[in-house]
Amino acid sequence: MRIADRVERVPPSGIRRFFELAEEKEEVISLGVGEPDFSAPWAARTAAIDSLERGRTSYTANRGMRELRAEIADHVRRYDLDYDPDEEILVTTGASEALDVAMRAFVDPGDRVAVHQPSYISYVPGVVFAGGDPLAVPTRPENDFALTYEDLANAGAEDAEVLMLCYPNNPTGATMSRSELAEVAEFAVEHDLMVLSDEIYAALTYEGEHTSIATLPGMRERTVVFNGFSKAYAMTGLRLGYALGPPEAIRAMNRIHQYSMLSAPTTAQYAALEALQSCGEAVVEMRDQYDRRRRFVLSRFDEMGVECFEARGAFYAFPYCGGDDERFAEELLRQEDVAVVPGSVFGTGGEGHLRISYATGLDELRTAMNRIEAFVDAR
Amino acid sequence: MDDRREILELLLSNAREDTTDLARQTGLDEETVEECIESLETDGVVRGYQAIVDWSRLDEEHVQAEIELNVELDRETGYDDISQRIAKFPQVASLRLISGDYDFAVSVEGDSMHDVSRFVAEQIAPIPEVTQTVTHFVMETYKERGVSFGEKDDDDRLSISP
Repeated sequence: MRIADRVERVPPSGIRRFFELAEEKEEVISLGVGEPDFSAPWAARTAAIDSLERGRTSYTANRGMRELRAEIADHVRRYDLDYDPDEEILVTTGASEALDVAMRAFVDPGDRVAVHQPSYISYVPGVVFAGGDPLAVPTRPENDFALTYEDLANAGAEDAEVLMLCYPNNPTGATMSRSELAEVAEFAVEHDLMVLSDEIYAALTYEGEHTSIATLPGMRERTVVFNGFSKAYAMTGLRLGYALGPPEAIRAMNRIHQYSMLSAPTTAQYAALEALQSCGEAVVEMRDQYDRRRRFVLSRFDEMGVECFEARGAFYAFPYCGGDDERFAEELLRQEDVAVVPGSVFGTGGEGHLRISYATGLDELRTAMNRIEAFVDAR
Repeated sequence: MDDRREILELLLSNAREDTTDLARQTGLDEETVEECIESLETDGVVRGYQAIVDWSRLDEEHVQAEIELNVELDRETGYDDISQRIAKFPQVASLRLISGDYDFAVSVEGDSMHDVSRFVAEQIAPIPEVTQTVTHFVMETYKERGVSFGEKDDDDRLSISP
């Protein structure tokens, strides 16, 4: 059987190997999980159950239920984002589908797509599957992993057509302030880049307010914003996300979406509607808990003398482990039964770091940090 | 949220958390944490720390009852006066004045149904202001002060995910 070249060009995920190693062991505490440890708020779950009981099992409009799009439009105003529910919002099967559709809608074969790194592992493969040419733009620990004008210039991003952006960031937990984003916006306007901004962790911002790059001058018309229900509402398995963008962008994305997906899962759309209507407080409660764990983890690393920049968003810390991060992670798993993800899995700039997810109950986190301390002390 | 409120929040979810861990989670130093706890206690905000117990898991009888209590007030006797008489009994676990069809909701605990019935009949009902008591024995507890007694949700997440 002949596999298409663009598929062969994408190596299997580096996370896979660690997953298999971790699965071999019995009593592993995993700090390697990229999803909330909470379940979706009960009200959202009952709305899903209720929709099934009422037999709501048909397709919805391609772009998603009108009522849900209207709620999304209302919801994103908290970030000063103003989008028309009829023309500028597309509900998708997770933010992942929105990203995939966007790559196919905006990237022509040979187009260069700048992806800052370390970053979520799906962006580069997404670019390749769309026939594009990924360009790695390393961010640096001395800038707290914020993307700078200089980083973009050094990597030669002026030749790119599209910039993929993700803040709050997976895996670093970095966030970007308005003034930091202004540099990126300046670069994008100067070199006419389109920006795909994955803001799935926006609600999990612990210091200051989340700022969307789309709110900066000259950016709305060249930006598509991605968000969803997985992280904020702990609804990963329900697979529901959305894209916000100018009408022509959403129209283009919907053209692909309507043929490939038809519409996002109906049950999940009902859950999402309820989540937006009544689960705001649950989101705040979960965020408060993550924030406490974040401080706990950061202060534990500080006590161990392990260098770790102050992650301000998502649910990850990104400590510096020095040298070979893959080996560190593997030995930590073998000796102390703690699973973490080596930073190099997330691309250039991630080497020598570990991604520590604190989407884990405090009791487990406490034990895991003690084991990491023992491991570090013994080295 | 101010520091004291934040500490209260943490104690509400786990009163056994030690000072060092409270400090780590809040970013406060241990001394400040201890000051917060002390002021919560001296100001009477925090009135005590107790275990939440699922009595059905113990090999002994333990009976709980919710009692509806109606009283009649007069010029000399108010709710506060009556509440003091009732609250002093060690069998009374909680006592609340509530709105609706009756005046006081009383939670009573004892070693047997007989104990509880006798307590209500001999100590509560004879109080001159009490006009009516309705005793509801607790048959099963599913959730107590925010803690569910059912099976815990298993963590069904993959051990490593992107």
